[in-house]
Amino acid sequence: MSLSGAEAQETVLTQSEEARGGLVRDAFRRLRRSPQAIVGATLVLLFVLVAVFAPLLAPYSPTAQDLSQVRPGQFPGPSAEHLLGLDQLGRDELSRIIYGARYSLIIGVVSVTIGATVGMALGLLAGAFGGWVDGLVMRAADIMLAVPSLLLAIGIAALLGRSITSVMIAIGVVNIPVFARLLRGAMLSQRESDYALASRSLGVTKGRVVLKHVFPNSLAPVIVQATLALATAITEAAGLAFLGLGSPDPSIPEWGRMLAETNAYLASEPLLALWPGLAIVISVLGFYLLGEALREALDPKLRR
Amino acid sequence: MRNLRRQGVVALGLAGLLVGTAACGGDSGTNDDGASGSDEGGGDTLVFGASADPVSLDPAYVSDGESLRAARQIYETLVTTEAGGTDIVEGLATKWEADEAGTAWTFTLRDGVTFHDGTEFDAEAVCFNFDRWYNFEGVQQSPSVSYYWQTVFTGFANNEDPEQGESLYASCEATDATTAVINLTGPSASFLPGLALAAFSIASPTALEEFGADEVTGTGEEPRFDGAYGLEEAVGTGPYTLESFEPGNRLVMTAYEDYWGDAPAIETIIFRPIADGPARRQALEAGEIQGYDLVDPADYEALEGAGYQLLSRPAFNVGYVGINTAKPPLDNPQIRQAIAHALNREALVQAQYPEGSEVATQFMPPELFGHADDVTEYEYDVEKAKALIAESGVANPTIEFWYPTGVSRPYMPNPEANFQAFQADLEAAGFTVTPQSAPWNPDYLDAVNTGAAGLYLLGWTGDFGDPDNFIGTFFRTDQPSWGTIPQEIQDQLEAGRTETDEAARTALYEDANRAIMEQLPGVPYVHTSPRLVFAENVVGYEPSPVSIEDFARVSFSD
Amino acid sequence: MLRFAARRVLLLVPILIGLSILVFLFVRALPGGPETALLGENATPERVAQVRELYGLDRPVYEQYVSYVQSVLSLDFGTSITTRQPVVEEIARRFPGTVELTVTAMIIAVAVGIPLGFVAARRYGSWVDNLSTAGSLLGIAIPVFALGYLLKYFFAIKLGWFPTQGREGSLMFRNEHPTGFYVLDGIVTGNPEAAVDALRHLILPALALATIPLAFITRITRASVLEVTGEDYVRTAEAKGMTRSVITRRHILRNAMLPIVTVVGLQTGLLLSGAVLTETVFAFDGIGRFLAQAVFARDFPVIQAGILFLAVIFVLVNLLVDLSYGLLDPRVRTR
Repeated sequence: MSLSGAEAQETVLTQSEEARGGLVRDAFRRLRRSPQAIVGATLVLLFVLVAVFAPLLAPYSPTAQDLSQVRPGQFPGPSAEHLLGLDQLGRDELSRIIYGARYSLIIGVVSVTIGATVGMALGLLAGAFGGWVDGLVMRAADIMLAVPSLLLAIGIAALLGRSITSVMIAIGVVNIPVFARLLRGAMLSQRESDYALASRSLGVTKGRVVLKHVFPNSLAPVIVQATLALATAITEAAGLAFLGLGSPDPSIPEWGRMLAETNAYLASEPLLALWPGLAIVISVLGFYLLGEALREALDPKLRR
Repeated sequence: MRNLRRQGVVALGLAGLLVGTAACGGDSGTNDDGASGSDEGGGDTLVFGASADPVSLDPAYVSDGESLRAARQIYETLVTTEAGGTDIVEGLATKWEADEAGTAWTFTLRDGVTFHDGTEFDAEAVCFNFDRWYNFEGVQQSPSVSYYWQTVFTGFANNEDPEQGESLYASCEATDATTAVINLTGPSASFLPGLALAAFSIASPTALEEFGADEVTGTGEEPRFDGAYGLEEAVGTGPYTLESFEPGNRLVMTAYEDYWGDAPAIETIIFRPIADGPARRQALEAGEIQGYDLVDPADYEALEGAGYQLLSRPAFNVGYVGINTAKPPLDNPQIRQAIAHALNREALVQAQYPEGSEVATQFMPPELFGHADDVTEYEYDVEKAKALIAESGVANPTIEFWYPTGVSRPYMPNPEANFQAFQADLEAAGFTVTPQSAPWNPDYLDAVNTGAAGLYLLGWTGDFGDPDNFIGTFFRTDQPSWGTIPQEIQDQLEAGRTETDEAARTALYEDANRAIMEQLPGVPYVHTSPRLVFAENVVGYEPSPVSIEDFARVSFSD
Repeated sequence: MLRFAARRVLLLVPILIGLSILVFLFVRALPGGPETALLGENATPERVAQVRELYGLDRPVYEQYVSYVQSVLSLDFGTSITTRQPVVEEIARRFPGTVELTVTAMIIAVAVGIPLGFVAARRYGSWVDNLSTAGSLLGIAIPVFALGYLLKYFFAIKLGWFPTQGREGSLMFRNEHPTGFYVLDGIVTGNPEAAVDALRHLILPALALATIPLAFITRITRASVLEVTGEDYVRTAEAKGMTRSVITRRHILRNAMLPIVTVVGLQTGLLLSGAVLTETVFAFDGIGRFLAQAVFARDFPVIQAGILFLAVIFVLVNLLVDLSYGLLDPRVRTR
């Protein structure tokens, strides 16, 4: 039985398609059975839902003050009207925590998107062209990775001045080399894979192979990294807020800032430190668990 | 296995040693565990938590509170204030009198006083110091370097800035060892109270020369003190001598054996810089320090409950929202009035300031003469504010509102909280507020002083008991931070300064206060009494409204 | 091995050059240019002109870069805006503190993390395993500064076991510091009290700083021991009847060491950035806190020099890690 050239091409490509579909299906099956994945996904879902539906969920406006309720160092604690109590300006803590999820989500998603798109574009160039393009991109990545990530973010955010945008850019830029390296590495290994070699030998153009097959098949580690990067972005944003980088508007309910502010009230109102701290831990944990579970599920080595 | 266990025991022992020495310091009531090697004061040592390092130990060059606090212990001034008040009493001078014209002041000096380095204190030494200040040149004439000299004496022997006014100081004569005559170019009501400022501390002429006190280079904004004086050396006549100064770590002072007055009860005083307010409280609770200044009102109750003593300084300050009246839309009087009516000052003072704080109606505290009871008041009224905005003709007024970061002042314990409260108030009245922040020093103060800031949070603590030190300092001359101040107000304040009759001065200052609140170059909102805290066994500390406070009278009760 | 080391050291050169370009461009990328960085946003035009001349900002960029590199090589990093002292002196004074802190933290992380991960892997699924997994997850998720506050609140304020801040007690003003490493100074000058005092000041910040590397080291040790245990050669060894401890020593530990060393190297970066936060929480006078204060005050000469300095340290530590690969795994050398 002999196949024509075109048919042979199709068959090989379909096989790569199937291999990918198989991997995804397989990964899904394993994710559903992993408690780590289920806990992680639940926390992430909870976090995203809270962020999206904040206006519906929050009982009060996050910036509405009631100064008559507070005295220096004394803020009403949890009550039926205010489940998590009031903060130092008589604002509803629960509403602030709920709205805070929005800022964390936006900072996380935007910064990781910046890092991933720019990083992937560079990685794609490096992986597809090789040669001096590859060398240039990878050396630049090496240099950026030579600066510890939070330090680099601090430097960039300090440079751009106090605003949420500069925090997002800072964390995004820090992520660029990670994604660039990752995609390039994955593409190099995919390029040597059987179906890619087979396609090439059957005369499929290089560009088509890269775009339609090598690139999509290299995305798995990127997705894993993006999930993990979201976790890091949230802690890094908190760290930057602690250092006074972030929005110049102090009334913004940003978790890191709220946590840093409570240092002054730690002794008298320790609960006020607990809530934003807990919110950060839960959301970071969610992304981290989900990311790790994805990594395990998508790792071909574990598909025995 | 046996081996392992022994290591375990050693490790436990080490842990015990580490924790054990600390545990002694855990309760702050008992402070005499000198043997423990932990860092608690007690017995012969008191550790005080300062908010920053002194800038220099040469008081002629400083104007910040921490430098002045240190100077108070090492140096003395010709006259000083009564403990806990603003009345002038004898210091290094035991008697003084002015001639008829108020321009020749004769000071009779204390006998038998020596500087820490053994140099005799006499009239020559006094004149040496005054002539030194008067002959400052170059960078030394920068307002940030010799602030207080310029506040009280205006100019120098050779003014390098032609705009600088003529010096109030003319000359000093040492008629005999204990008599110094200081001649002025005109009468001044603030000369004598001004002399109580630590900036006019009498330092040892020998030490000043030997250690290069006048070696200042750099620029006005960034002066560099190249001599050892002020950093490694500081020689006065005060109850304490400088033992060591390590910026960032501590300033150590020990009792001066040959002090002319009562010997200090505590042998060693250590000022330890702890910039962060909560960290000062924690250091006190952990027993690492026995007292600190500028307690956060949020901590009053808890500290008192835990047995600490809170000492309050009489309210001698004002917190205000400054307005740059040259910056649109703030140049519009109705907009300024709308702002004044929009701010709920009562609510803020109640929520953020300790009991006993007062809502301010004008730029100086009621204790001071010249305070007028009938100034225009702007009560909290959102509707009125909205109506005023409508009348002003400014559609959708937008204001840049500035607040400082990383700072806590007596009149503004928590700038961010004040800012957020006022921001919400302004927005409720229909203003659009653009938040702007900058680190206190130098960026924020620069932004305010150069007139870059439109609306801003600021305040003032009085240096001596005279209205000229409040509204005179603010409005007597043109300052970019306020925009334009009408000439009549400036003239009234200048007249107040040179007038020598007390009743006439009072009337002038009352008028000025009325005119200022009509003009509304800012909204004063609080006079508050800041507090210090000390461990239970510390006695004898007397807070002063102008912070002239002496550690030599402090002792431990057990 | 020597050739491997030499090659590895040579590879540093382009990285260091790249770093210097990055940091050089850093301040020049400021809106308003380096004048703003050096003088603040509200400086007078005369001052701006003065600084432009002083730093040669009117010359072409590559000339500026060459003179920047020259000044860096002669250890001239300019003057701090806030302290008005040469930046290099300020950094040198604080460097021993940061080294003391990060080394202590790394020792804690390795000394606890490796045995914990090892035990967790060998007793897969036991309570030790579950507890260490949960603990390390929490360690990764909690912001370093929040943990610092927590430790300070309980162990310094509530229990009074450790000091709340600083590097040494106030009464230690007669201590001498020949090396700048305070614990060492206490030992060298024959002052055990001073050494204990310095160590007590180190413990809480080091614990806070150690958490993240500890969490990662525990996880990676567990994972790599699990993986190695499943390898054929270990199974073969077991089948051959070798004792557990021999297998552990000869095979598992040695082979699991490689990924662990990698993580230790990478974590140094986290430690150096974490030091910025931890040193601030504990007012520990090191480079990290100095950098944080510089960020607060927008003191760009310090930010610029501090980042360059810490990045170079990070690069050098990773060089050491790479060299130790060569020792641990002969295969690496030939690559």
